[in-house]
Amino acid sequence: MFDINLFALFGQLLVGLINGSFYALLSLGLAIIFGLLKIINFAQGALYMLGAFVALLALKYMGINYWAALIVVPLTVGLVGVLMERFLIRPIANEDHLYSLLLTFGLALIIQGTFTHMFGSSGLSYAIPEALKGGMKLPFMYLPNYRAWIIISSVVVCFSTWWMIEKTKLGAYLRAGTENPQLMQAFGINVPLIVTLTFGFGVALAGFAGVMAAPVYSVSPDMGSNILIVVFAIVVIGGMGSIGGAIITGLGMGVVEGLTKYFYPEASTTVIFLVMVIVLLIKPAGLFGKEA
Amino acid sequence: MNSPATISENTQKTEATYGNHNEKLRINNLHAFYGESHILHGIDITVHQGELVTLLGRNGSGRSTTLKSIMNMVGKRSGNIVVNGTETIDMAPHKIAHLGLGICPEERGIFASLNVEENLMLPPNVRSDGMSIEEIYEIFPNLYERRTSQGTRLSGGEQQMLALARILRTGANILLLDEITEGLAPVIVQKLGEVLGLLKERGLTILLVEQNFRFAAPIADRHYVMEHGHIVEEVLASELEAKTELLNTYLGV
Repeated sequence: MFDINLFALFGQLLVGLINGSFYALLSLGLAIIFGLLKIINFAQGALYMLGAFVALLALKYMGINYWAALIVVPLTVGLVGVLMERFLIRPIANEDHLYSLLLTFGLALIIQGTFTHMFGSSGLSYAIPEALKGGMKLPFMYLPNYRAWIIISSVVVCFSTWWMIEKTKLGAYLRAGTENPQLMQAFGINVPLIVTLTFGFGVALAGFAGVMAAPVYSVSPDMGSNILIVVFAIVVIGGMGSIGGAIITGLGMGVVEGLTKYFYPEASTTVIFLVMVIVLLIKPAGLFGKEA
Repeated sequence: MNSPATISENTQKTEATYGNHNEKLRINNLHAFYGESHILHGIDITVHQGELVTLLGRNGSGRSTTLKSIMNMVGKRSGNIVVNGTETIDMAPHKIAHLGLGICPEERGIFASLNVEENLMLPPNVRSDGMSIEEIYEIFPNLYERRTSQGTRLSGGEQQMLALARILRTGANILLLDEITEGLAPVIVQKLGEVLGLLKERGLTILLVEQNFRFAAPIADRHYVMEHGHIVEEVLASELEAKTELLNTYLGV
């Protein structure tokens, strides 16, 4: 009766947690940017792809290895974000939010198109770093080291980010800046600078996810657009702009997807959207969102 | 306009930088706009070191806008605003506070996403000799008791104390206070009056927007009366009795 194949179930749960780690990193970046700037950044997926490509090219042409890339790539992608905010988004900051949405959507298409033109649409591969090759044999499953590393490091990065925003002085500036930027300026805080750096940080998270993803997914120009729609659904489920909600929902939806793959594989690509519809009907502000 | 006679009393208490530097805030021909609306029509105000000056007037006469203009919180402004000897009319909003200014806005501006202590610690120090957190909790024991509550869960009076305490901590020595007694119980108004007296004793310079003329009268050195975005009258504390009738006409009481 209970002919559950534990090996397969845990296998799918692991895949779910891996996907969930990427969902969490990407939706966290989106939630930060939306929470503070009220910008829906459609370029987040393209910047995640950019992160993976920068890691790949940096290794190939400059000999920058995986570990260095974990630092260098987020900084590079973050810098792209800073320039984007400063020179493209800020000039239209006072317009309707639809403008920034369309702008970032256009940017995503341009970035993706450029990479397709240069590298074609078939995927490239990035080797797993030497130190993380191999795996551990657990009683119920085989756990590859690199996959364990993805889950641990993304959870650490996500929760440090959450801690920084919710518990530190810098985070207090961010939260207060969202509520009343004008008064924050009158207190002597450079709000435009904070906005730029926050956008850069949110985007750098996508770059970090890109490096993490390079060894497990194939590095291709459309890797960002494929994942972005799911990530947006997750941000909606978690509650737009809720930092903790984005992290928990990201990991949780990865697991839900994994379980669906085991029990009813046909629904695995739609289950997240189904959850989104149900959540929107029952709690329109999202699971962790504040009712307006 | 400048009336050194009225301030000599206070300045005796505040030795330090007197002489030519006693002018803490000078506003000349200030015009301010919100979008297309022209709110202030050429305001002139001077506040000296250690003075407590009030802006009186009816609602909508431009008093709050005057305070906001000083902090560059309005759409557009022109004229001269000299703070501690520095012209600020072209200065970015976030730089002005660092000249030693602190504002307590009419809506109090307590942040809902921060608790009481986070609200208190939020504004960066603008000078080095602000009140310590212990001193602030001594003056406002309620804030200490409620330090972990969400900022906007406090009563109106407590929120007002928090808004005031927050700028005292930064070391600001020119305080712009907007309707701090509005809608508060008499016992709290009295407490705020005591605190203002204490601040004056310490030599802080205060520009106070007030509806409650009786609250301001015993502690103020001078009063400006505003109407339709103009200063229509300047009244010294010594002339108050003689001009009460006139003030009542302007304030409509």
